[in-house]
Amino acid sequence: MKRVVITGAGTINALGHDVPSTLEAMREGRCGISELEFRDVERLSIRIGGQVKGYEPEGRFNRQQLALFDRFTQFTLVAAREAIAQSGLEFSGELAARAGVVLGNSGGGMTTLDDNYRSVYEDGKNRVHPFVVPKLMNNAAASHVSMEFNLKGPSFTVSTACASSNHAMAQAFQMVHGGISPVMISGGSESMLCFGGVKAWEGLRVMSKDACRPFSANRNGMVQGEGAGIFVFEEYEHARKRGAEILAEVAGFAMSSDASDIVMPSKQGAARAIRGAMQDARINPDEVGYINAHGTGTAANDKTESAAVADVFGAHADKLMLSSTKSMHGHLIGGTGAVELLACIMALRDGVIAPTIGYEEPDPECALDVVPNVAREAHVDVALSNAFAFGGLNAVLALKRVG
Amino acid sequence: MSIKDRVIKIIAEQAVLEVEDVTADSKLDDLGIDSLGLVESIFAIEEEFDISVPFNANDPSESDFDISSVASIISGIETLVKAQT
Repeated sequence: MKRVVITGAGTINALGHDVPSTLEAMREGRCGISELEFRDVERLSIRIGGQVKGYEPEGRFNRQQLALFDRFTQFTLVAAREAIAQSGLEFSGELAARAGVVLGNSGGGMTTLDDNYRSVYEDGKNRVHPFVVPKLMNNAAASHVSMEFNLKGPSFTVSTACASSNHAMAQAFQMVHGGISPVMISGGSESMLCFGGVKAWEGLRVMSKDACRPFSANRNGMVQGEGAGIFVFEEYEHARKRGAEILAEVAGFAMSSDASDIVMPSKQGAARAIRGAMQDARINPDEVGYINAHGTGTAANDKTESAAVADVFGAHADKLMLSSTKSMHGHLIGGTGAVELLACIMALRDGVIAPTIGYEEPDPECALDVVPNVAREAHVDVALSNAFAFGGLNAVLALKRVG
Repeated sequence: MSIKDRVIKIIAEQAVLEVEDVTADSKLDDLGIDSLGLVESIFAIEEEFDISVPFNANDPSESDFDISSVASIISGIETLVKAQT
């Protein structure tokens, strides 16, 4: 089997419009969550989110593209351009024929839906823009990445709610690992921060009105974010031969299904995915130095995830660090695992552990080292990234330091 | 119908029980109403009375709304309805 490494990373999210600014914000423990700004926000009871601010699509896309690209597609392309530029790859001939793009996404073009429902239902219009369907479909982002970069290999979109990106990256990993393709573009994106998107979440009563405080005893819910994270997964020898900079190695993954409840998480399901990822990557539990937690800031997730980690790692659970960067960029739903993978890369490559900010009170049910509030320097050889979705679908990735 | 009867009717429907089987002393757990069922009941109550119930599923005990029994829910709703008029 082939080794798989990451040779490019790109992002746009509430912390920054590229990887360097996002990692700087994570190092500084900065909070990207702010007052939401969009039409009808005054009709919501939840008015905060990890919204991408100061974003000017006009400089990045032409008029035709803007008419065709939903916000989630735009974010994906912004991140993909950064990742592929960093990798230095150009796709032509045999490489283009084999390279593909597998992305995670949950809501599709939610802002496009919102705008057009408003137009036909509220404004009573009987005509919509001709591009509504190609704009809102979940696979639009993957398709536009394939078109912009000439990727003609296996390409599709994975939708497993909050685990979408991790499931997508696991698929991309498998394709490189199994020799189907030497290069795969992967990651995910989401843009649900519009009236209808937040209103739907509001209904479930799991959202916080003031802050995302994962693992803190006074946590009171999740906060939504938006953006994208995109990576270049490349076969190790392919990358080495061309002298590419290697950010980290993707060593393995596991997926599991709780098969129990549509919203409540299961300790057993999470534990099986964590344990499985280590087995797949052939790493011992005591080698794991950092886990990027799913850490949503809900009562249910954080205690279940802590219990799963304690079960899997035993005494080593007290030695490893586990943090949730959702406290800073919010929960990007289908894109969250991708943006959070950046924290794993930072831990492995730069030796900096992103903190869990907003941590105010220890919770005996989450008694792990959550790297509270301040980033920490530490040497880490192996990192895991957890994602546990509504619907009980779990995916955990295992990454290793290279060099 | 009184507020009490209307609330009991909603809870009975959620629990798939006859209204006679739901009393003021009943606890939601005992009626078989889980977390999703609770959120759905509160939604139905909000629709029925056109009120907004301050309830966060992350921490029911810290919410300004007591869901420990059917009686406490009824009295909470009575307060909210009164405050509205």
